[in-house]
Amino acid sequence: MSTEVKAVSAAGGAVAEDARPNYLTGGGWDWKSWLLTKDHKRIGILYVISITLFFFLGALFALLVRLELLTPGLDMVEPDTFNRFFTMHGIVMVFFFLVPSIPATLGNFLIPLMIGAKDLAFPKINLASWYLYNVGGFFTLWAIASGGVDTGWTFYTPFSTTYSNSYVVLSIVGIFVAGFSSIFTGLNFIVTIHRMRAPGMTWFRLPLFVWSSYATSLIIVLGTPVVAIALLLVAAERLFRLGIFDPALGGDPVLFQHLFWFYSHPAVYIMILPAMGVISELIAAFSRKRLFGYHFVAFASIAIAVLGFLVWGHHMFVAGQSFYSGMVFSVLSMLVAIPSAIKVFNWTATLYKGSISRETPMLYALGFIGLFTIGGLTGVMLATMGIDLHVHDTYFIVAHFHYIMVGGAIMGYLGGLHYWWPKMTGRLYPSFWSRISAILVFVGFNLTFFPQFLLGYLGMPRRYATYPPEFQVLNVLSTAGATILGIGYLLPFTYLFWSLKYGQRASANPWGATGLEWQTSSPPPTENFVTPPVVTTEPYDFRDLAPQPSIRSPLSREEEEYA
Amino acid sequence: MWPDLPLFPEAASDVARQVDTIYLTWVAISAFFSLLIAALIVVFFIHFRRRRQGEIGDTADVHTLPLELTWSLIPLVIVLAMAGWGMKVFFVAWRAPSDAVEYWVTGKQWMWKVQHPSGVREINTLHVPVGQAVKLTMTSEDTIHDFFVPAFRVKADVIPGRYTSVWFRADRPGTYHLFCAEYCGTEHSLMRGSVVVLPAEEYERWLGTGQVGPTMRASGAELFTRLACDTCHRVGEAAPDGLPARAPALEGVFGSQVALQSGRTLIADETYIRESILDPQAKIVAGWQPIMPTFKGQVSEEQLNALVAYVKSMGSEAAAAGAAGAGGGDMPATFETMPETAPLGANDEGTR
Amino acid sequence: MPDGHATAAAAAHPHHHPALQHHFDTLEQQKEASSFGMWVFLVTEIMFFGGLFCAYLIYRGMRYEGFAEASHELDVVLGTVNTAVLIGSSLTMAMAVWAAQTGRRKATVGFLLATGALGLTFLGIKLVEYAEKFHHHHVPGESFHWAGRFPDVAEQFYSLYFAMTGLHAIHMILGIAVLIWLLVPAWRGRFDAAYHNPVEIFGLYWHFVDIVWIFLFPLLYLIGRH
Repeated sequence: MSTEVKAVSAAGGAVAEDARPNYLTGGGWDWKSWLLTKDHKRIGILYVISITLFFFLGALFALLVRLELLTPGLDMVEPDTFNRFFTMHGIVMVFFFLVPSIPATLGNFLIPLMIGAKDLAFPKINLASWYLYNVGGFFTLWAIASGGVDTGWTFYTPFSTTYSNSYVVLSIVGIFVAGFSSIFTGLNFIVTIHRMRAPGMTWFRLPLFVWSSYATSLIIVLGTPVVAIALLLVAAERLFRLGIFDPALGGDPVLFQHLFWFYSHPAVYIMILPAMGVISELIAAFSRKRLFGYHFVAFASIAIAVLGFLVWGHHMFVAGQSFYSGMVFSVLSMLVAIPSAIKVFNWTATLYKGSISRETPMLYALGFIGLFTIGGLTGVMLATMGIDLHVHDTYFIVAHFHYIMVGGAIMGYLGGLHYWWPKMTGRLYPSFWSRISAILVFVGFNLTFFPQFLLGYLGMPRRYATYPPEFQVLNVLSTAGATILGIGYLLPFTYLFWSLKYGQRASANPWGATGLEWQTSSPPPTENFVTPPVVTTEPYDFRDLAPQPSIRSPLSREEEEYA
Repeated sequence: MWPDLPLFPEAASDVARQVDTIYLTWVAISAFFSLLIAALIVVFFIHFRRRRQGEIGDTADVHTLPLELTWSLIPLVIVLAMAGWGMKVFFVAWRAPSDAVEYWVTGKQWMWKVQHPSGVREINTLHVPVGQAVKLTMTSEDTIHDFFVPAFRVKADVIPGRYTSVWFRADRPGTYHLFCAEYCGTEHSLMRGSVVVLPAEEYERWLGTGQVGPTMRASGAELFTRLACDTCHRVGEAAPDGLPARAPALEGVFGSQVALQSGRTLIADETYIRESILDPQAKIVAGWQPIMPTFKGQVSEEQLNALVAYVKSMGSEAAAAGAAGAGGGDMPATFETMPETAPLGANDEGTR
Repeated sequence: MPDGHATAAAAAHPHHHPALQHHFDTLEQQKEASSFGMWVFLVTEIMFFGGLFCAYLIYRGMRYEGFAEASHELDVVLGTVNTAVLIGSSLTMAMAVWAAQTGRRKATVGFLLATGALGLTFLGIKLVEYAEKFHHHHVPGESFHWAGRFPDVAEQFYSLYFAMTGLHAIHMILGIAVLIWLLVPAWRGRFDAAYHNPVEIFGLYWHFVDIVWIFLFPLLYLIGRH
C-alpha cells in the first residue's frame, strides 16, 4: 500500500505542487504559529482537535449510561452517579460537540474557500472564539472533575435552582462562555457571507453548504443570547436567591422552560442545518449533477431557521400549557416538516439520472437521508398533540432526537469530514476501511436507537437509572448497538490519523467535484487562492468536468471496478 | 406477544385506544414515506451507478416547480390533517367528563401521595374502580414531577405552586405502571408506583378494609373552621354579630368569573383558590379590603388540597342537594355508595 | 450588488491604507464589514436583554400592584438625572464620531473623554442608588425586608431590578474599557475621513447601551406614577 502511494506521488505532478507552501507548512510548525494563528483554516483544524476530544468524552458518558441500563436494577453505580452520567453526556455532546461541530470545523475551513474570500471577516474574533470554546470547555471539565452536575442538560427549574446538590453554576459558566464562542462564529459567518464574496459569486451561486451555514448563523445569533440569559438567571437564583423561577420564591418554573426552549429548539436546527448543507454538497458531488431544486433547498434552510423560532411550545404540551397555545404550537411545528421534506425529496431526485459513485462520503450521505427521514417523521408524530401526550419524556423522544442529532448531524459531520479531508490535509484515507466504518456506524446506530422507539411507546420514561424488568431485552439490544456504534466511530479516528502520515497524497480535486474550494491546491495556500477567483458559472455545473480524464484516484480506482 | 418482551403496551382505556389509532396511522404513513425514499435511493444507487471514468450526471435543465409543489403540498395536507386529529385526541384526554370523581395527588421527591374523595390515603398506589372516570388534581411539594400511566396513554406535569390535572376511565381491571416522567433528582427512576383497577365490588371491599377517617370535604370543612376562615368568609346566611361581612362569601365562587380590584377578571380555578390562601394580597376581589393574612407555612400541601376541595364543593352542595331532591343526582353510583373510610396501606399489590 | 461596488472601489483606491487588513480588498469593504458585524452583534444583545425584559414583563403583568408598590421605593430623581447623563453621553459620542470622520484629532479625544466621564458619572449615581438599597435591606436574599403589602413581589421586583440594571452596568463598564482603549489611536491621530470605523462602531454600541437604559428607566422607575 505505502509503496504504491510513493509511486503515485512520484509519478504524478505532486512534487511541483508540494514545493509550494500551503497553509500547514507556510506559517511554520511551532506552537505559536498555531495558537496565535488568524488563518481560518488553521482555526478550523484547532477546532477539529478540541471537538474530537469532547466528542470522545461525551461518548464515554454515553457508554456508561448504556452499561448501567443493561440490567433493570442498579448494578453498576448509584442513582446520583447515573444522573450525572446522562447530564454530562448531554451537556458535552450538545454544547461542546453538536452545536459547534460542523460550523466551527468545516464551516470555518470552507466558507471563505467556497465564496472565494481570503479569510473570514474577523480573523481575530475567530481565534478568540476558539479560545472561548476551550475556556468554556475548561469550566465544564472542572465541573465534571469536581463531581459533575445532575440536572439534565435542560437545567429545568426549580430542580436546578433549588434542589440539585451538584456543580450547576460551574457548568452554566462553561456553557455561557461556549455560547459566546458560537455567537462569534455565527456573527463572523453572516458578515463574511454578506460582504466577502468573490466577484461573480452571487447569492444564488453560493454552494448550499454556505446557505445552510448562513441559516445556522442566524439561529446562533438570535437564539444563543436567550439561553445565555436564561442560564445566567438560573445561576443568579442559585447564588443570590433571586426569585425568578422557583415558586417558593415567587417565580414561575415554566417560564424557564419557555426561555430555554426558545433557544434550544432552534438549537436543534443549529445542529442539523449544517449537516443538511453538507449532504447537499455530497449528493451533488457524488451524483455529478446539479442539485435538484437548488432554490427550494436554499430557501428551505432559511424557512427552517425562521420557523424554528416559532415552535418551542411543543416541548410543553403536558407542562400545564393551555390547550389553545398547544394547538398553535402543534400546527407551527408541523410546518417545519415541509422544508425538511422538500430537502429530502430534492436530494433523492438529484440521484435520478446522476452518475452515482459509492465513495465513503456518499455512503454517509445516503445513510443520512434514511435516518433523517425517520427522525423527521417521528418528529412530526411528536408534534401531534395526541401522541405527545403518551410519548413525551419517554425513550421515544430519546430515540427521535438521536435520529436527528446522531443519525443526522454526526453522519453529516463524518460525511463532510471524509469529503473535505483531502482538501484539509492533502491526504487520502483508505477507502476500504472508511466504507466499513460508514456501514458499521449505520448498522450500530439503528441497533442502538430503533429499540428505543419501541421502549418509548411501551412507556419507559427517559432519565431512568432503573426500569421494570420487561424492558430489559430492548435495552440490551440498544447497548449492544452502542458498542458497534462506538467501534464505527473509533475506526475513522484511527485511519484518518494514520492517513496524515501514510495516506496517499490528494490532488486539488480528487472527487471531480465543483466548487471554488476544489479549484485551489490541496491543502490550500495560506491566502486560499493564488489568483483571486472570479465566478462565472452556476453552482454544481459539472459540464466542464466531463472531459477531464486526469482526475486521480481513488476515483479512478473505483471507476476501474465498474469498467 | 411474549410476556418478557412486550413490543406494544396494553391499553386500558378508551383514550389509550384513540392514541394507539392515531399513532399507528402515523406509523403507517411514516413507513410508507421512509420505504419510498429508501426504495428510490436503492434503485437509483444501482441503476445510475457511475459506469465509466469522468462520467457526469444528466445536465438537462429540469422544470422543478410542479414536483416541488407536489412534494410540499401533499405532506402539508397530511401533517395538518394529522395535527387536527391529534388535537381532537388530546382534547378528549385533557377535558375531564362531568361525571369524573376527583382524587388529589401530591408529588414529592420521590413518592406519590394520593387522597381519595372518601378520605382514604395511599402512597405510590392508586386504587380506582373500573369504568369510573377519575380526575386527578395534582400539585408538587418540591420540584416538577410528571404523572404518567402508559396503559392509559396520559401524562401531565405536576408543578409546584399550582394545580394541573389528568383524567382517565379505566375499562379493564388490572395493575398498571405509574411512572414519574419528569426528571426530579436522585431517585427519579424509583418514583414509580401502580394504578390498581378493581371491579366495583372489589373496590368497595378494598375500601372497607381500612380505618375510619373524614372525607376530603369534611376535613376541608373542619380546617375551614379551625383556621377561622369562616369568621370572614361566612358560610350560609349566618351573620352572628350582625356586622357586614369582611370578605366575599365563597358559595359558588369556584368556576365563576371574579372581578378583581385591578380591573381584570378571571375564572376562579383551583390554582386561584390556592394562591388566595397562600398569597391573599396577590389578587384582591373588587370591592373588598386587602385584610386577609397569609396561611403560607401554616397548612401542609395535603391540607391545602382539602381546603381547596372544600371551597370547590361549597357551590355545588346546594345544587347537588337540589338535583338529588328532584330525583336525579349527578353523582355516579360508585361514588355515592363509597364508604367514607378506607385503608392507608392496603395497597401492597405488586407492580408488573 | 456588493460584488459590483467592491470591484469599483478597488479600482478607485489602488494604494493600500495602513489600516487595511490583508483579507479585505478595500478599506470600504473593511468598514462595511465591521459596522455590519456590530449591527449583528447588537441584534444578539437585543435578544440577550430581550429574554430578561420578557421575564420582567410577564411578572409585571401578573403582579402589577406589587411591582408598582416596589417601584415607588426607587429614587426617581436619581433615575431621571441618570437618564439625562446618558442622553448627554450619547450626544458627546455622536460628536466624537463626527470629529473622527472629519479628522479632528483633539476634538475626537475630547469628546471621547467627555463620553467616558459621563459614563462614569452614570455608574457613580447607580452606585449611590445601590448603596441605598443595601442600606434599606431592599437587596433580595436572607436580609430582605419590606414594610409594604407585597414583600414577596417586592423581592422579586428587586431581583429583576438588580439583574437588569446590573447587566446594563456591566455593559457600561465594558464600554468604558473599550473607550479607554480607543483613546490611544485617537490621540495618535489614526482616524481620518478614510478610516474611522472603530470610533463609529463603538458609537453604535454606546448608543445601544443608552437605548437599553431608555427602556429600563420607565419600566422600572415609572410604574403606576402619573
